[in-house]
Amino acid sequence: MKTLLLITIGSALVNNVVLSQFLGLCPFLGVSKNVKTASGMGAAVIFVITISSFFTSLIYQFLLVPLHLDYLNTIVFILVIAALVQFVEMFLKKKSQGLYQSLGVYLPLITTNCAVLGVALTNVQNDYNLLYSTINGFFVAAGFTIAIVIMAGIREKIEYNDISPAFKGMPIVLLTAGLMAMAFIGFSGLI
Amino acid sequence: MNKAVERLFNGIVKENPTFVLILGMCPTLAVTTSAMNGVGMGLATTAVLIMSNFMISLLRKVIPDGVRMPAFIVIVASFVTIVQFLMEGFVPSLYESLGIYIPLIVVNCIILGRAEAYASKNDPFSSIFDGIGMGLGFTVGLTSIGIVRELIGAGSVFGFHIMPEVYEPVGIFVLAPGAFFVLAALIAIQNKVKLNMAKKRGESAEGCMDFDCQSCSNHACTGRKLTESKTEEEQA
Repeated sequence: MKTLLLITIGSALVNNVVLSQFLGLCPFLGVSKNVKTASGMGAAVIFVITISSFFTSLIYQFLLVPLHLDYLNTIVFILVIAALVQFVEMFLKKKSQGLYQSLGVYLPLITTNCAVLGVALTNVQNDYNLLYSTINGFFVAAGFTIAIVIMAGIREKIEYNDISPAFKGMPIVLLTAGLMAMAFIGFSGLI
Repeated sequence: MNKAVERLFNGIVKENPTFVLILGMCPTLAVTTSAMNGVGMGLATTAVLIMSNFMISLLRKVIPDGVRMPAFIVIVASFVTIVQFLMEGFVPSLYESLGIYIPLIVVNCIILGRAEAYASKNDPFSSIFDGIGMGLGFTVGLTSIGIVRELIGAGSVFGFHIMPEVYEPVGIFVLAPGAFFVLAALIAIQNKVKLNMAKKRGESAEGCMDFDCQSCSNHACTGRKLTESKTEEEQA
């Protein structure tokens, strides 16, 4: 139980995937213009990362390790993730129109997200079992969602501010991200 | 020979992946805590880029168009695995400090971007030089960000202490927030230069240089192109 709690807080807040690991920066900077799309992206990321951590962990533990092929993990993981995102998209399209309409647009963007591969590799590095990997995946993605939604909220306000021309666009967003990262360092006192 | 020089110049200066194309941001921000890490990451990426460009260029007539993205990914992932093991064997300390970002070279936009935009259309010789040029451009980018962060954050460069004793290192610069601040400053400087140039030409230019997922997928990053190539398959 203690380990689970540590994983939960550790991966969602202390080692926030965007603000301290720098994974998944592309969607974090690109899809954070308003809170609505940001939360859509966050939901899609939670969905994909949880499923992919489950499957990559499953394949790693029950296929690669018994066959002594664990050195192939990078190749296998990236292919599994690419196929999985594709499959999830097709599945949602057929089975759940509502969910597809709200998440569908974001799904193709997610394979580009290095966070998905990053989480799969971290799970292996930390020797997490199937349960821990899935939970870790879920909370890493939850951390991503927290960060991107806060960022979107701030960016909606930045729109009304007077910013010097050189800092318009990306630089001010990066500065904001830097300040958020500083705030998130404060969480390291939790564990 | 001219072509080789042209590719090198293009990669290092004209289309510098870090400063001009703004590609591969994850490693750029994550590993540049010191100049040495920047060099290591840059050279590892360069090695993968050269080998994958060469291989993809050799196989460009063999790989069917519909499955080219998955095929590229497999080739890149194989080379990344090779580089990973070489680094683990020969430079274990660097391997330790770069950690998870070495296998993550696979999802670096630069590599698949060059495969798609250059190596799959050109001969092996110029593809190798394109790889060297782009790789060195990336290395230069990472190293300079690393130097700035290490100098401000620890008062040293490549581990040599060069700041005077009275200088109190600003520790935040080697932590996560520092990466964002340094990159923000770099892009702001670039915007300023661009604005001034536009003013000289008498144009009114928008100051913001946006980079988002689009800039990634334009240069053929994993997901988008993979989706496209798969939908093409479905349609065929």
